[in-house]
Amino acid sequence: MNPSWIWLTIALPFAGFLVNGVLALAKPDAKRVVSLVGPGVLLAAFAVAASIFAGLWTHPPEEPIVLPLWAWIGAGALRVNFSLQVDQLSAVMLMVVTGVGSLIHIFSVGYMREDPGYARFFAYLNLFVAFMLILILGSSLPVLFVGWEGVGLCSYLLIGFWYQEKANADAGKKAFIVNRIGDFGVLIAMFLIFWTIGSLEFTDIVKHAPSAYAAGGTLITVITMFLFLGCAGKSAQIPLYVWLPDAMAGPTPVSALIHAATMVTAGVYLVARTSILFSMAPVSSMVVAGVGATTALFAASIGLRQYDIKKVLAYSTVSQLGYMFLGVGSAAYSAGVFHLVTHAFFKALLFLGSGSVIHAMHHAYHATHSHEDAQDMRNMGGLSKYLPATYWLMLLATFAIAGVPPFSGFFSKDEILSAAFGRGAEHPVFYVFWAFGVAAALMTAFYMMRLMAMTFWGENRTGTVEQEHLHEAPAIMTGPLVILGVLSVIGGVLNLPEFVGGLSHQGLEKWLEPVLAPAAKQMPVHMPHGSTETILIVAASLTAIAGLVAGWKATLAKPITVAKAAHEEVGFARVLFNKYYIDEIYQSLIVRPLVAISRLFLWKFVDQGVIDGLGVNGSGGLARALGWLGGRLQSGQLGLYVIVFVAGAVWLLHAVIR
Amino acid sequence: MSNFLASINYNSWILHVLLVFPLLGAVAVFLSPAALAKRLAFAVTLLEFLLSLGLWWSVNTSNGTMELMQTIPWIPQWGISYAVGIDGISLTMVLLTTMLMPLCVLGSFAAITEREPGYYALLLVLTTGMIGVFIAMDMFLFYVFWEVMLVPMYFLIGVWGGKNRLYAALKFFIYTMAGSLLMLVAILVMVRVAAVMGDGKVSFSYFHLLQYAQSPIMGRIAPWLFLAFFLAFAIKVPLFPFHTWLPDAHVEAPTAGSVILASVLLKMGTYGFIRFAIPFFPGVAFSTFVTNTVVTLAVIGVVYGALVAMVQPDIKKLVAYSSVSHLGFAVLGIWAASVQGVQGALMVMIGHGFSTGALFFLIGMIYERRHTREINAYGGLARVVPIFSLILTVVALASIGLPGLNGFVGEFLVLIGSFRIYPYATGIATTGVIFAAAYMLWALQRIIFNKLDKPANEVIPDLNRRELAVLIPLLIGIVWMGLYPKPVLDKIEPAARRYILMTKGLVVPGDDVIRTKGASQ
Repeated sequence: MNPSWIWLTIALPFAGFLVNGVLALAKPDAKRVVSLVGPGVLLAAFAVAASIFAGLWTHPPEEPIVLPLWAWIGAGALRVNFSLQVDQLSAVMLMVVTGVGSLIHIFSVGYMREDPGYARFFAYLNLFVAFMLILILGSSLPVLFVGWEGVGLCSYLLIGFWYQEKANADAGKKAFIVNRIGDFGVLIAMFLIFWTIGSLEFTDIVKHAPSAYAAGGTLITVITMFLFLGCAGKSAQIPLYVWLPDAMAGPTPVSALIHAATMVTAGVYLVARTSILFSMAPVSSMVVAGVGATTALFAASIGLRQYDIKKVLAYSTVSQLGYMFLGVGSAAYSAGVFHLVTHAFFKALLFLGSGSVIHAMHHAYHATHSHEDAQDMRNMGGLSKYLPATYWLMLLATFAIAGVPPFSGFFSKDEILSAAFGRGAEHPVFYVFWAFGVAAALMTAFYMMRLMAMTFWGENRTGTVEQEHLHEAPAIMTGPLVILGVLSVIGGVLNLPEFVGGLSHQGLEKWLEPVLAPAAKQMPVHMPHGSTETILIVAASLTAIAGLVAGWKATLAKPITVAKAAHEEVGFARVLFNKYYIDEIYQSLIVRPLVAISRLFLWKFVDQGVIDGLGVNGSGGLARALGWLGGRLQSGQLGLYVIVFVAGAVWLLHAVIR
Repeated sequence: MSNFLASINYNSWILHVLLVFPLLGAVAVFLSPAALAKRLAFAVTLLEFLLSLGLWWSVNTSNGTMELMQTIPWIPQWGISYAVGIDGISLTMVLLTTMLMPLCVLGSFAAITEREPGYYALLLVLTTGMIGVFIAMDMFLFYVFWEVMLVPMYFLIGVWGGKNRLYAALKFFIYTMAGSLLMLVAILVMVRVAAVMGDGKVSFSYFHLLQYAQSPIMGRIAPWLFLAFFLAFAIKVPLFPFHTWLPDAHVEAPTAGSVILASVLLKMGTYGFIRFAIPFFPGVAFSTFVTNTVVTLAVIGVVYGALVAMVQPDIKKLVAYSSVSHLGFAVLGIWAASVQGVQGALMVMIGHGFSTGALFFLIGMIYERRHTREINAYGGLARVVPIFSLILTVVALASIGLPGLNGFVGEFLVLIGSFRIYPYATGIATTGVIFAAAYMLWALQRIIFNKLDKPANEVIPDLNRRELAVLIPLLIGIVWMGLYPKPVLDKIEPAARRYILMTKGLVVPGDDVIRTKGASQ
């Protein structure tokens, strides 16, 4: 299909949003229509995307194809068209979003079927995909920003989907506000770019950046740092990661689609999209890599001590996103995108698998009217017997995320770590980042195996009555899992490294080359070769396996008590369990003081006390005047006042003119 | 369309009709029985809107000059004339006003049950006053309209307002009166000085005064004259720290009063800066001291308004303080005097008219059901009144500048346009997008989300057709101007460029750009 049809991929889910939205208001029981429309528009969009991708595959464009839709904002030199850009990078994202999106939509038909907000759910989910596609297809920063904030909106609505629980609504609000801190950065970056390049179109930025900025200069560093602030917000990096774990309050398919596979990777996409800028700013790149590596390690450590199955996966996502930033910060943009893609496969699988588990647990507790926590892994155990398909698929995904060869995550993670190691030759601090990445990999393998062991192995702790009600999910839910399972296993073929036969010349890296070449020219990637490469790969594989074994042994070493009987954590485990108390620190250092200052100082003191009290009501003068006039008014004498005023004005007028 | 309008000689009578028709309507409404008054008022305002629509096609905005100029001597011995004219800026303000009025009337149908003829007649008088302010080209005429507008608003608050209406009405009246009296003195002095120092001709004509205001003879007193205009307009905007009348006025005003106050009256302050205060005294307005002061106050307004809005327990006060924040953006853009900044300021003015107008309507609708404005009295409404909740969400998002809705266009243009001129101030103002999300989403959560835990909220009905008829035009505007603001931007660009030339003293009346070429970027 001709790329000019690309707008259809946005229009289809948007139409789905309209249909489902109207149904949600008018006929919330029309679940059959919703089940057809919701996933249907996504599959159609995927078909369009695939056919356009096929066309691009046979004839890869050398220049991005820009398709203007309409003139959007224009004032003076600023001319922003609402246009879409099709190139190798957006095409890859397009396939991931529509492909994984379709699978998650299908899964949701089964997962959400009994929810009274079924139509509303699909309306939001469809709208999300439409905005996500605007984000990746937008040809300029402002159009990207429409999608950027739009996905944030949908994330907000879906996190707070079950809005009657205050905690859920709180989590949604937190996500939006924290993201806005990042958006502030994107806005400032846009202002700076506009006033230095004169355009916000990506093609213009790529063309003019090398001449407009001095490589390594202050300006380009400042621009990229502000851009990265936005990325840190959207992609949940230190210090703005705090919203993502709370975002697990949303339905599990939302966690899979938005908070694992697509939206949270938008920050990585943005760095890749503006790679020309980051490649000219070595300091910023170093910060990106450093923040990424630190986040990878930090979040993985929290994941070691969580009991909520989704929380483990949430911190895992934060950690994996950190890897992607370590990659793009090491100028290995294609490696970052590669990990983005494989992560979309295995993390979507893990989330949907956990959804399948929660679904089963929820039904079991529901059947017995029990109020236990259906997401707490301490209440699980031995589920492999009841959910065999989910179990095997999640095990594959565990191998993939842990980086066991030859599963997909092994290749993408290895590429990132190699790139970081390679950059160490130039800047030794990258060796530290690399070490962080390796340590995080060890922890990743550990907490994933802990998750698997607590959930699927050992004795069941759900309860004797409840056990009878534990069932595998229906085919409409396991079907998508199988496809994601296959992709998680073989996803590595997208970009096989040299040692497997030098196929990389046909892989993702080669495919993305036209888009990333300008950046590569500024900052080439140095991948280790020969024996160094071999040592790194062997070390990475051993790390993964060691982590898995340790996780398995440690978890099953002693019996696990169910959640309600569990003892409080002690020592450092308690710090990890409480996520280093970062939320509490933010709350007491930023949120509460800000509200208190606003209320007590700004409003009560400045506004009511100083301005109104001293200024306006001036020691009671005006207040008395008001009281007096009020009295006049009530006795009907305001007319007199008006007459006096008019007479005075006329006299004054007369005096001045004559 | 243009041909048809030309064939009926539209341009020659439309401005007069727009001013006179509501007044005639006011008389008719005042004399009609209560049952008929509201319908008649609706018909008048709707017809007024339809009549005004022709301006969109008939006014040639491409030069940025005042079009459809008509000057009729009024009090010739004092040099006062009835002079009206319209450019792209006035055009959008007039259309905003005429579009809102039928909605205000329709939105009052259920809320106003006492002394209806008086109420609707006052709304119509107010219409004339507001349109007059935006098209008057004689300073005396302008002043008359400025004051005419004040009186109906005073009574709307004082008679049909809430519990504390007298205090609020008087605070509003005296506050704005204090400002406008200073302005009157400044106008009179300008006329006098122009007459004495110039050719002896006494004239209140805008163009006449513009000419002399820019000549050196006004020199020494110019700062004082500017200060008088500035105060009058700054109070109206309202610019921090002249804003404290606004929360009180909003809280006590009936719904339509709040809508008009926020959507139109506040814009007269920013309009006054663009049309009068700055073009008269560009040297003073852009002196280092004044620039620094105003930009600082604007930025304080943006952040301060948002922070204070965040902690308001009363939903109307929250929106009132949010207006202080939004209008701060507009003032920043006006003082940036770049094409994007000024066009952005105008888009903020228009966009704020739509979204804040809609917010006040929504607040009024829920108030009519529950008789409380306490945010904490609500909660979980999404389940009971889904359509209300949906519209409230969309409007709230528009208000906080979600791209794709109208609020973003203005904010983005102001910020990008001001950034080059005042990078640090603009950087601080940009944090407003964070605080806006904080106050708006927090309020939204406490109103429509959370548990539905108050029995009184469980039984309220969703929006009826009349209420939807009020809101849907605003929603269409919000989406349309978010996605396709180009037609509006095209209308205002030439006038915005002309304003920028004026700020540099490059334009003098006569209607042409005479001294140098071309505007800036």
